[in-house]
Amino acid sequence: MRRIAGLLLAAAVPVAVLAVLFVLPVGGMLAQGFAPQGRLDPGGVLDVLARPRVRRVAWFTLWTAGAGTALAVLLGLPAAFVLHRLAVPGRHAIRAALLVPFVLPTVVVGVAFRQLLGEGGPLGFLGLEGTPVAILAGLVFFNVAVVVRAVGAAWEALDPRPGEAAAALGASPLQVLLTVTLPALRPAIVGAASSVFLFCATAFGIVLTLGGVRYATVETEIYLLTTTLFDLRAAAALSIVQLIVVVGLLAVSARLRFTPDPGRRSATAAPRAVRRSDWTALALTLLTLVALALPILTLVAGSFRVDGSWSVDNYVALGGAGDNGALLVPVTTALLTSLRTAVDATWMALAMGLAVSLIVTRRSHGPAERRVRSVLDGFFMLPLGVSAVTLGFGFLITLDQPPLDLRDSPLLVPMAQALVALPLVVRTLAPVLAGIDDRQRQAAASLGASPWRALLTVDLPAVWKPLLAASGFAFAASLGEFGATSFLARDEAPTVPVVIFRLIGHPGEMNYGMALAASVVLATATAVVMLLVERLRVPSVGAF
Amino acid sequence: MLSLREVTVRYGDTVAVDHVSLDLPAGEVLAVLGPSGCGKSTLLRAVAGLEPLTSGRIEVDGVDLAGTPTHKRGFALMFQDGQLFGHLTVARNVAYALRLRRTPREQLAARVAELLSLVGLEGYADRLPGTLSGGEQQRVALARALAVEPRLLLLDEPLSALDATLRQRLAGELREILVAAGTTALLVTHDHEEAFALADRLAVMRNGRVVQSGPIDEVWRTPVDEETALFLGYARVLRGGAARLLLEAGGLPAADAVAVRRSALVVADDGPLAATVVSARVTPDQIRLVVGVDGVGEVDAVAPLDTHAAAGESVRLRVDVTRLAVLRIEHAL
Repeated sequence: MRRIAGLLLAAAVPVAVLAVLFVLPVGGMLAQGFAPQGRLDPGGVLDVLARPRVRRVAWFTLWTAGAGTALAVLLGLPAAFVLHRLAVPGRHAIRAALLVPFVLPTVVVGVAFRQLLGEGGPLGFLGLEGTPVAILAGLVFFNVAVVVRAVGAAWEALDPRPGEAAAALGASPLQVLLTVTLPALRPAIVGAASSVFLFCATAFGIVLTLGGVRYATVETEIYLLTTTLFDLRAAAALSIVQLIVVVGLLAVSARLRFTPDPGRRSATAAPRAVRRSDWTALALTLLTLVALALPILTLVAGSFRVDGSWSVDNYVALGGAGDNGALLVPVTTALLTSLRTAVDATWMALAMGLAVSLIVTRRSHGPAERRVRSVLDGFFMLPLGVSAVTLGFGFLITLDQPPLDLRDSPLLVPMAQALVALPLVVRTLAPVLAGIDDRQRQAAASLGASPWRALLTVDLPAVWKPLLAASGFAFAASLGEFGATSFLARDEAPTVPVVIFRLIGHPGEMNYGMALAASVVLATATAVVMLLVERLRVPSVGAF
Repeated sequence: MLSLREVTVRYGDTVAVDHVSLDLPAGEVLAVLGPSGCGKSTLLRAVAGLEPLTSGRIEVDGVDLAGTPTHKRGFALMFQDGQLFGHLTVARNVAYALRLRRTPREQLAARVAELLSLVGLEGYADRLPGTLSGGEQQRVALARALAVEPRLLLLDEPLSALDATLRQRLAGELREILVAAGTTALLVTHDHEEAFALADRLAVMRNGRVVQSGPIDEVWRTPVDEETALFLGYARVLRGGAARLLLEAGGLPAADAVAVRRSALVVADDGPLAATVVSARVTPDQIRLVVGVDGVGEVDAVAPLDTHAAAGESVRLRVDVTRLAVLRIEHAL
């Protein structure tokens, strides 16, 4: 009984925080959909879903996510093999660089693809600007890295001996791949694919910047309905659908996900020398890397062009507020806001994430405690099921009246971002904590360590590096967060992604150049943070 | 059949396999015995074509295998822990190589059934490897390796992942199966019992070199040096006066060094050596003693279970000459 009481006490703070910042907004959103103006009217949701545009949006979301997933897997597999199994020179640097696309702010990637595919861009002759193909390319750009990392980690940990046994039995390299290696990698591939599908289906910034009003997915449609059409009811209805689908997908992907066990790194096989038979994989990898580098290079090059000549004017202009009153504050101020917000979001996500990870990974004594713990576990995983846009929307409609009027609080945006980053933190820390053999704590206790002391001497030494990595990850995620922030940031205190989005949508010569320059600055900041995180070599980071 | 000529494998500066030459006649089993890290697994992988040679030749029936990739060598490789394909049933695992060769369906089913009965696993066809015990997995691995009658079977410590009882039983079965199938096999192991249970010939490997090779009983009777003797399971090596005294008591010509098994000295009332029991421990087969022998020092000895030999008592010992080996001492000063 005392243990359960202690557990509930420890969980009280995170539970309360989640209740206010998650249950309340989502509940408010559900109420908005099912019972507008306080009258229960569930039929209204169905009316919204019957609209032809809504159906078109749903179908578009599905097929782009499906196609994006398939392409990301097809391109990611050869790269996973080459970068994780072959002794290619510079593979560590390339692997670290591959993480950059995934954490690049979505808005930045959107801008980069517009620059690449737009008129006058290097691939402008293809005429792809504003087409679904451009959106698809953007989605694949983001998610190839997810496949490479998840499948690559599994491939690295894969025992090479069954493959060798098969080869000795007469299987050619291709036959070994098809009959032994791929089946063994299937959990990792399916897990990565389901994560990628989820990311594609809930992509927001990239679709909004590349698709505009014409090509909307459920996510961007919620945004458009809220901010431009003020049809809160339809937005709520779509959010509900989104919530149901995402929770379902998450349940599937959680069962399929492959997380490398941080306790068992010794099993990894040494990468082997490149052979002549590897040239297909090498060529495909090279192609993928070039395709990934191209938008970024175009973006950087574009940011240094003004009126057809090289210049740093775009960067100089960041000190101002843009042409035609595009912004209320200079971009540099927005950058400071972004950094401050990210710091706040990071400590919040870290505190919450550490508490949650500790609570869910502790060993239960007795069935009653186990039941309480699994209920808590399920409760803490709830935010995973909500897209950033839904969250932002929920915040917007519920946290606007006393006693919880947070509209003008500088902590509103960090709180939303912290909730978005929370799953990243938990997924980095929980496997490490779960990997500590409980007998170590028992041994510490038997030697006279109090529970608190055991925590400090057993758990903390194992977890400080992942903690550092998780904070970097959360910081980078917060810097680039656009989905929730776009709803919540006040006009006079925007973050950089919000500013970039506003700049590209606002006419004015300098504005577009400034958007490019701001994108480069933001991309550099996140990339630097992520490369530092990568240097910590925490295996569970980025095991999405 | 298989012949290795001056085979050398290097990783950077370290020489894993150093100018190894070995011959394995068709139908025989050769065990390469050595401590872990001696290069024996690298040698096996080199024969399988999984490690490139730095220099030397590997030939089968006079044909150099240098340009032949692993999957075209017609061998089969069996690992310590079976390495079954976890996503395939037992039958599918066994049939793996047969399917690669597009064996017709009826023939395939018949061959799989035959192999499963050979390894004593009838009725296991539809099980998944994860549901089998270690010994069963190992037998499936053997059936899989034998399915297409490989020219050469390569065994990497095939029994050492199993517990002692199972290892003994499976060793006997494995030997019978290998003999019945007339398989030529190359086995690497660090466990001399595994080598003795399975092999006809023995090569002792140390620091990348083969220090001794030959028919198994010959290597066993005449270990080439002290380290080899200890590795083969001799309990200790006696030198100088102690060695001469012991050999004299056994009626053998004098030598400077002799390797003795634990059971080389046996308690017997009419034995030529006098000794005092230092300690005694009863085992199921015999009493194991440590005795102090005049002029020799403390050595191991055994006594039949019905003798009374407690610490502090005086006993007589005889020498069992089949349980010692005279060593040539090289570079003795």
